[in-house]
Amino acid sequence: MRRFAYTRADDVDAAIAALADHPDGVFLGGGTNLVDLMKLGVVSPGLLVDVSRLPLAEIRETAGGGLWIGSGVRNSDLAAHPAVRTRYPALSQAVLAGASGQIRNTATTGGNLLQRTRCLYFQDVGKPCNKRVPGSGCPARDGVHRDLAVLGHSEACVATHPSDMAVALAALDAVVHLRGPGGERTVDLTDFHRLPGDEPHLDTVIRPAELVVAVELPPPPAGGSGYRKVRDRASYAFALVSVAAALEVRDGSVQDVRLAFGGLAHKPWRARAAEGALRGARATEESFTRAADAELAAAEPLRDNAFKVRLARNLAVRVLSGLASLGGAAAVTEGTVS
Amino acid sequence: MATHPAPDRSTGPGRSGDPDRTTTSTVTLRVNGVPRRLTLDNRTTVLDALREHLDLTGAKKGCDHGQCGACTVLVDGRRTNSCLLPAVAHDGAEITTVEGLAELVGPAEGGALHPLQQAFVDRDGFQCGYCTPGQLCSAVGAISEAAAGHPSYVTSLTAGPPGPPVPLSPDEIRERMSGNLCRCGAYPNIVGAIEDVTR
Repeated sequence: MRRFAYTRADDVDAAIAALADHPDGVFLGGGTNLVDLMKLGVVSPGLLVDVSRLPLAEIRETAGGGLWIGSGVRNSDLAAHPAVRTRYPALSQAVLAGASGQIRNTATTGGNLLQRTRCLYFQDVGKPCNKRVPGSGCPARDGVHRDLAVLGHSEACVATHPSDMAVALAALDAVVHLRGPGGERTVDLTDFHRLPGDEPHLDTVIRPAELVVAVELPPPPAGGSGYRKVRDRASYAFALVSVAAALEVRDGSVQDVRLAFGGLAHKPWRARAAEGALRGARATEESFTRAADAELAAAEPLRDNAFKVRLARNLAVRVLSGLASLGGAAAVTEGTVS
Repeated sequence: MATHPAPDRSTGPGRSGDPDRTTTSTVTLRVNGVPRRLTLDNRTTVLDALREHLDLTGAKKGCDHGQCGACTVLVDGRRTNSCLLPAVAHDGAEITTVEGLAELVGPAEGGALHPLQQAFVDRDGFQCGYCTPGQLCSAVGAISEAAAGHPSYVTSLTAGPPGPPVPLSPDEIRERMSGNLCRCGAYPNIVGAIEDVTR
């Protein structure tokens, strides 16, 4: 690991200034992904600007009936917060579906959004990777890619975004609050992460020395919400496919629906085509299947991951059916998804 | 859940206005109740500080990437992977390792064990023992979290009313302990030992 200097700023502006002055620096939050990547040699900062003790760990209700989640809020505190559990169950479930108890105690909301792909080639500095070394090539496209993208990938990159939390936030219309040398701005969470295109080294639209200050949720959607994840083992594994959904049914028809997929793309995949197909439709398994198929028609699976397309459709149908039948937070029964 | 009073963090490493480019820092870690002042390369993790600088070799280096849980300790009362923590960022932190677990419940004279350690012995909750310190610290943390009403993924699917405590069924224990691998496969007896102390 490269030697690095360390500084702990007194406030947000000082942290931003420290990084603006040192382009080889990075912010340190919980460090659960950053320290790992430094050990692997994937990233080699010359300076860590510690933001973990800044006053950014607040969760509060907003005047508009939504929720403000500071970027320093630990994953475990987010998942356990009463307002999150009762009003945004999909978010609590998504956070709890990720990582381990130890990591959730340490990892932050901002860091979760900014974590890097777990593509094996990205993490192996002995291999080419366009995300790590632009222009070096992508061995994953013809190599080991069973858990990689089926939607929105490019010739240059087939990586997936690993976050569970971000998938729920995408479905819940979250907004990311950023602060940098140029001031403050907000970005819709669905626009925060990028598709790879020919610049796969850029995961997000964040600018140099910009800090994620908070994530803001609008008031929760009417009806229930939920998050389900399919993975190779029952716990402590990244998603093959995950689904976050919120559904409001009135008189047997879909009044409102939000749907997002994880594990399928370089970003949380908000399923707007499926949502469009469902609004006003009868809330039946047939409608849900048709809507999921409409979204996944754009899928371009690789040699070894075509199974994800059917898995994603079936998981979406199961989650939506569960929400439709009980209309509650825990409306999704567990069972085999084939 | 068990927490310690917030330490005074108004001073310490990295507190000068403009970051100089020195790559070592002096930190104080409160380890098992004893303040330990160390000057460390900034690359030193809490795990390496414990093992290589303080001769506390209970916390183990398994994967060194946060995937196995063998390095689990309690930091300010919460379980975490010490292999992923830069020591420089934890100046003033209260750290409990397996060596200090027994003192959490009382004076540990004459080799007294924490009840969970005794349960692991009674239940034969290990074979080679390499993962055991991490399993123990993780379980102590998990029990505190459940007592404080923190949900797990399993809890979250049942939509019970938020609030303490969450009863630790075998399914809950398996989910909450999934960050601790045991390659000997002692899982059934680890779950049994944790059940024993939470009944």
